[in-house]
Amino acid sequence: MEMPVPNKSVIARKSAIVAKLQAVLPQGAVISDPRETKAYECDALSMYRCPPLAAVLPATTEEVAAVLKVCHAEGVPVVPRGSGTSLAGGALPTEDSVILGVARLNQVLETDYENRFIRVQSGRTNLSVTGAVEAEGFFYAPDPSSQLACAIAGNVGMNSGGAHCLKYGVTTNNLMGVTMVTMEGEILNIGGAHLDAAGYDLLGVICGSEGQLGVVTEATLRILHKPEGARPVLIGYDSNEVAGACVADIIKSGILPVAIEFMDRPVIRAAEAFTGAGYPDVESLLIIEVEGSEAEIDWQLGKITEIAERHQPRELRVSTNPEESAKIWLGRKAAFGAMGQINDYMCLDGTIPVNELPFVLRRIGELSRQYGLDVGNVFHAGDGNMHPLILFDANKPGDLEKCEAMGADILTLCVEAGGCLTGEHGVGVEKRDLMYTQFSEADIEAQLRVKDVFDPAWLLNPAKVFPLRATESRRVA
Amino acid sequence: MRPTTEAELAEAIRAATGPLAIRGGGTRQIGHPVMGEVLETGGLSGITLYEPGALTLVVQSGTPLADIEAMLDAEGQMLSFEPLDMSGVFGVPSNSTIGGVVATNASGPRRIQAGACRDLMLGVRFVDGTGEILKNGGRVMKNVTGYDLVKLMAGSYGTLGVISEVGFKVLPRPETTATVVVHDLALADAVRAMAAAFGAPFDVTGAMHVPETGETLIRIEGFADSVAYRADQLTNRLAVFGEVTRAEGRAPWDAAQRMDGFVASDANLWRVSVKPSDAPAFIEALGADTQFSYRLDWGGGLIWVASASAPETLHGRLQATATNLGGHATLIKGSDALKAKVPVFQPEAEPLQRIAEGLRRKFDPRGLLNPGRMG
Repeated sequence: MEMPVPNKSVIARKSAIVAKLQAVLPQGAVISDPRETKAYECDALSMYRCPPLAAVLPATTEEVAAVLKVCHAEGVPVVPRGSGTSLAGGALPTEDSVILGVARLNQVLETDYENRFIRVQSGRTNLSVTGAVEAEGFFYAPDPSSQLACAIAGNVGMNSGGAHCLKYGVTTNNLMGVTMVTMEGEILNIGGAHLDAAGYDLLGVICGSEGQLGVVTEATLRILHKPEGARPVLIGYDSNEVAGACVADIIKSGILPVAIEFMDRPVIRAAEAFTGAGYPDVESLLIIEVEGSEAEIDWQLGKITEIAERHQPRELRVSTNPEESAKIWLGRKAAFGAMGQINDYMCLDGTIPVNELPFVLRRIGELSRQYGLDVGNVFHAGDGNMHPLILFDANKPGDLEKCEAMGADILTLCVEAGGCLTGEHGVGVEKRDLMYTQFSEADIEAQLRVKDVFDPAWLLNPAKVFPLRATESRRVA
Repeated sequence: MRPTTEAELAEAIRAATGPLAIRGGGTRQIGHPVMGEVLETGGLSGITLYEPGALTLVVQSGTPLADIEAMLDAEGQMLSFEPLDMSGVFGVPSNSTIGGVVATNASGPRRIQAGACRDLMLGVRFVDGTGEILKNGGRVMKNVTGYDLVKLMAGSYGTLGVISEVGFKVLPRPETTATVVVHDLALADAVRAMAAAFGAPFDVTGAMHVPETGETLIRIEGFADSVAYRADQLTNRLAVFGEVTRAEGRAPWDAAQRMDGFVASDANLWRVSVKPSDAPAFIEALGADTQFSYRLDWGGGLIWVASASAPETLHGRLQATATNLGGHATLIKGSDALKAKVPVFQPEAEPLQRIAEGLRRKFDPRGLLNPGRMG
């Protein structure tokens, strides 16, 4: 994968730049020793690594502004970093860049149950946002798989989703306001505790902009009261087509489950071997969860069962208590880890129209045979967000390249089926060079114009999201 | 001008030499008046794609809202953000187009639970001020590929581009609707009662307060048994506030969506967005010396203010109070003479104004699209 040629003059001025950063930050907040900057050389897309020039760990919005002013004046690219859990390389540095980590910005600033919001610093982890309000019966809805570790800053940057967004939406639907610092060091307050921000929907543009428009330091997030309860049903089918038809019928029926998860045979077998969750050996498995009071849950699961039975399931298991629910979820929650036990894998994130599921799964099977690499499918079926896991051997020469080529083919397939390259992980560096499969030159140019307005010097995370040839004239200028 | 295809729309904008006043159905005459040639979108009409099993709808921007709602209704589905019908307020025929709904991000009572228009939009196609056809987003529910210009277009009042097509996530229409009505509450108690309803696990989909009737209305929707159960639970919880009764059906919410009987023909109308618990302080701050009527929606987070008297003074107070409390006030209906004297949209902080101006210049460098509409 290609990254821009680092700016030699920046690298040559390293000690002067580090001194200027040290002058505006408390002691210990600037990391410049190569043995220590190595910790910031990659995120969760760990096949690509490059230690940054330095890393800084500011603890206030004002410190973030001071850092950005220094970097802007010195012409140093800045790569914002939440917890470094990006699967797309969103926080991958270049040799001439400063990593701006928000890990020390981790405070809860305000909780308001009457108006149902929480205001936090952006380095706070996703799960600990819910942790701060659950004693009062509330929760923060977006729940990416990495929620134990991932930071709200990264969630906002990538517009993260999760298993429950079929009902509750993704980050952008639960974000009410931000404090953001521009590359020039200007502090902006957008939106807040009221429901609609004034003027253009800048909040909507910032969410999912992958740290290219500004560094978000605080976020006002919507919190919701927890439902009385939730329970899943597990349904096994002999074919992906039938499972896909069952999903469509449930959605059409008017029931809105909080989650509809799908696993295919390779993933079912791996998860079963890894966890002993008691999954049947079928072609496809659905886990469908509904919420409400006990009676409401019974009624909804009854209706889902009725629909599922019309499609002749091989197995249908309704959870009746928390232990059974945990067992049904056990294999799904461990699916990625289970696949990792078998082999190295690459996790894709394309979204497709729900009705194209059977076709896309069939084509992925064909590509798997063509490339000679196994694929497991585990994904959020209710909203068409697929996560094909391509298995490869990182130690076998040529396997990674083969895997990447196959990944590109699958993502192109998603776009051709009417979908998109990424549903919740972001473009980062991983899918950057596929952007023209989804967008025209003009569509990309329109997005670049937005960055021109927020970051005219093109210093914030400049090598991400867009193909390098599309951004070269701006980055070099 | 009335293009009938996206290509014609692009050609019309490319060839334009002066300002264009963009018009859908003409039912949302919001913002400063635009002097320019009228560009109508009504010719861009039709359903591009409707997949009920995928909850997906893609329509051309000039498609009548009524046609879309009838088609969805036949499949038991709906636009869950309940687009407001402003035709009664403006005293014009009910010709709303979906493009006008999107351009004004017009969202009704269910916005508090299901999200605003912008939250349900999956994709847009539009033509920018240079005549370039652009697309963003698509037709799938989860999409983080590139920047989200879909949301930028929502509520931009036609100043960044002329929308040609929009994709939505649609939702099943609830089988049953019930309204729990709390009677004769003082404003502060009404806001507290609505907060209590949202602070319970019963999935409230609307909360309004109507001072003229003394009613505070809480909506529950879904399957019949579930609605009955949740309405009972809420009735018990809200009994501490006052007398509680139950109403079946959609009537009060349909009326709210049309703003029936609220805005007299000679009255001006403002829309205020604040933190819900600030609603009582907001109304208080408008002063006893001004005559106005008001309604609360979104649990107090949305205040509609109507008044025929002293519009300039009231407008100033509304925007000043919104600034003090954190929020904003917009003049929705008012005479051109009034609009000439006041900023219709609440002026934003200087750095945000600069960004907005920068975006306008990038998307409409010749300043042709609804110039001055947003101030």
